[in-house]
Amino acid sequence: MSDIAAGRLSGEELAENFADIHPPLDARTAHIEASRCYFCYDAPCMEACPTGIDIPSFIRKIATGNVRGSAIDILEENIMGGACARVCPTEVLCEGACVRTAQEGKPVTIGALQRFATDDMMARGEQPFERADATGRKVAIIGAGPAGLAAAHRLAQLGHECEVFEALPKSGGLNEYGIADYKVVDDFAQKEVRFILGIGGITVQNGKALGRDIQLGDLRNRYDAVFIGGGLGAVQALGLEGERIEGVFNAVDYIADLRQTKDKGTLAIGRRVVVIGGGSTAIDIAVKSKRLGAEDVTIVYRRGAEAMSATAKEQEFAQVNGVKIKHWMRPAAILSDGGAVSGIEFEYTKQGADGKLTGTGEKARLAADMVFKAIGQVFVPDPVSGTAAQLELKNGRIAVDDSYATSLEGVYAGGDCIDGNIGLTVAAVQDGKLAAHAINDYLAKK
Amino acid sequence: MADLSYNFAGIKSPNPFWLASAPPTDKEYNVVRAFEAGWGGVVWKTLGEDPPVVNVSSRYGAVQLNGQRMMGFSNIELITDRPLDVNLQEIARVKKNWPDRAVVVSLMVPCEEEPWRKILKKVEDTGADGVELNFGCPHGMSERGMGSAVGQVPEYVEMVTRWCKEHSDMPVIVKLTPNITDIRTAARAAVRGGADAVSLINTINSIVSVDLDQMAPTPIVDGKGAHAGYCGPAVKPIALNMVAEIARDPECKGIPVSGIGGIANWRDGAEFMALGCGTVQVCTAAMHYGFRIVDDMITGLSNWMDEKGYKSIDDFRSMAVPNVANWNELNMNYDIKALINQDLCIKCGLCHIACEDTSHQAITTARVDGARRYEVIDKECVGCNLCMLACPVDDCITMVEVDNGKPYMNWNQDPRNPFSTAAE
Repeated sequence: MSDIAAGRLSGEELAENFADIHPPLDARTAHIEASRCYFCYDAPCMEACPTGIDIPSFIRKIATGNVRGSAIDILEENIMGGACARVCPTEVLCEGACVRTAQEGKPVTIGALQRFATDDMMARGEQPFERADATGRKVAIIGAGPAGLAAAHRLAQLGHECEVFEALPKSGGLNEYGIADYKVVDDFAQKEVRFILGIGGITVQNGKALGRDIQLGDLRNRYDAVFIGGGLGAVQALGLEGERIEGVFNAVDYIADLRQTKDKGTLAIGRRVVVIGGGSTAIDIAVKSKRLGAEDVTIVYRRGAEAMSATAKEQEFAQVNGVKIKHWMRPAAILSDGGAVSGIEFEYTKQGADGKLTGTGEKARLAADMVFKAIGQVFVPDPVSGTAAQLELKNGRIAVDDSYATSLEGVYAGGDCIDGNIGLTVAAVQDGKLAAHAINDYLAKK
Repeated sequence: MADLSYNFAGIKSPNPFWLASAPPTDKEYNVVRAFEAGWGGVVWKTLGEDPPVVNVSSRYGAVQLNGQRMMGFSNIELITDRPLDVNLQEIARVKKNWPDRAVVVSLMVPCEEEPWRKILKKVEDTGADGVELNFGCPHGMSERGMGSAVGQVPEYVEMVTRWCKEHSDMPVIVKLTPNITDIRTAARAAVRGGADAVSLINTINSIVSVDLDQMAPTPIVDGKGAHAGYCGPAVKPIALNMVAEIARDPECKGIPVSGIGGIANWRDGAEFMALGCGTVQVCTAAMHYGFRIVDDMITGLSNWMDEKGYKSIDDFRSMAVPNVANWNELNMNYDIKALINQDLCIKCGLCHIACEDTSHQAITTARVDGARRYEVIDKECVGCNLCMLACPVDDCITMVEVDNGKPYMNWNQDPRNPFSTAAE
């Protein structure tokens, strides 16, 4: 029988396992790290930041003790600079581009410095941005995740009123429901939401889902503009028999539960866990399984390490947490015993000369008490397409132009739900910010 | 192995690394620890007349640079605050127990002949190897008519030096203050007074920082601060120049020089020696890291000398002195251009922005296939070195000599000089 149980580790062990994995820099360490920055001209790090933060400038301000000025440099480009400092894959963004990476393989720890500056601002309990004179315009925003909140904050700053509709009970989006606990400790996502709302002019209605409680057509009538930042709604299915049997989980659902569970000891986890997928979610669920007390955790990915969307640093993080990663295998069948999953049969794969993945025919079995699917999420268009058939989609997501305008006049969109988004918090924030300016321009002409 | 021993104006020591007259040499306990660590000699912290001075609490300040502590260091401590007899007894005991090390005693008494005569006799009785006249301290003692108040008046320097030579057979080292317009005037006065050697620099008048909360200069003594003596790595360039000025001054007649000022390692020491110093004195580095730094000084200098084939300190001492020239002796036809090694370039853009904003607009910025590329416009480059100095990568920017076929021509010979001999 499958071995799934709660409380595999003591409370102390769990507390340690879910504590901050990157403790904050203290003032002196931050000063020394900031002093490593060369203050590049036309800095490559800045170009690599999706929100275009003036990184050399904010780092120099840390070095000189102008920490408030540093935080403002960050937050005026990225109001979720605090979350991004914690969750950005900096190794492939700013820190990957840092000239010290080229020089000596050791970038300035830009993410840690950004956290130092933004933590300081949040500890001040101050809202550093003022609102422009009221315009009398009202904008509806769907989704209180990074895209929606970034759009709301910038619109509020520009003098507009914002009403945010969020399907889930808490705001913050994946910062609240998706990011690993040990990256955002101490209820950080909620603190950041309060910080963002601190500018004023933004009201949030939680538990209001588009298509269920609110309709796009109605919002268009009642508001001067609409911004959709609703994220992705459903999880990709494997397409195998038995996916719905006991012991097979969607990783994102489990992660959301885990984030909302205070006492991690109540969460049941398998002795042997298999994770299918190659992205950040696969890494997250695998590491969390291990940290909840699973004995053997294996990530199975159908291609090689370099093809995984998880960065090399994330893969290494999983490995040092005792997770095994097996490549070039794809699931062929879910095995069950007494109605519960007992393992997975995999087929070995190879890449043909044309780049296409094919099975070799050779098979192997991995015993598992629990299987997590982490093979990506898809956008569920029903709520937007059902109510307003004209909203065009592209590649299964909302189509927008260069100014984030959808096919419907006055309706804008950004974040994970639009075509072309790369699926990072920082990219969603940039979408929200730029869309806010586009909406502002639209309202000025209207 | 290179021979590091040195005979400095008759004072012998097994190596040229001495501890300067300062807190580290205030008493037997410290000096014995220093000798155990390997220091070649000490200049005992300045003795004065009884009753001893009294020091304040809060004595040191520092310049921190990018997390590096004590790049510059300052103090408002006075001379020894222990009774004269206690110091003299300890000096005698130390010298007896450590006969191969140099024990020099720093002195500062009022600018009258009798006090100097009396104290010299007492020091001589200890068996010490020599005396160093503290004409340098810029704080506290100078307001009492001693220290730099003497060192800033060449006539006093000469007079006191002469008294010391008359009343003692010990070698006399005159320690010079840098708080003076031309160091040579004081050095020449010491030479005229019969000094056996000079040592320099003493500390520089300074306020190392202002506390913006207390609105007071540091170090702060109950809300107020006084100007303090500045030393440490930051003052080394000033000290090197002053040492060189003396080394190449004919009127200083090649007087032995003991170098002081920001020396923290063997390389610093070697630079002072290249400019003529026979020994060097250290304080701040020891106060930062403890006496064990001397191990690197000894082995580092020895290894470097072996590599270069120098058998003794005199083999390379003063070798850089002939190359310290006046500006108008420099070759006007010498031409160098910056060359950027594109393979080493990390694309920080500092060479471009430094040249573009503050110099000669001689480095272009461009994108080649999306990649940043910085290139020198030879026609605009004046060979100033700024880009090379700003570049964070070693050897990425080098200054390459242009063979223009022109002969040596200094400014006096340059036809562009309205007063040149060629223009006439």
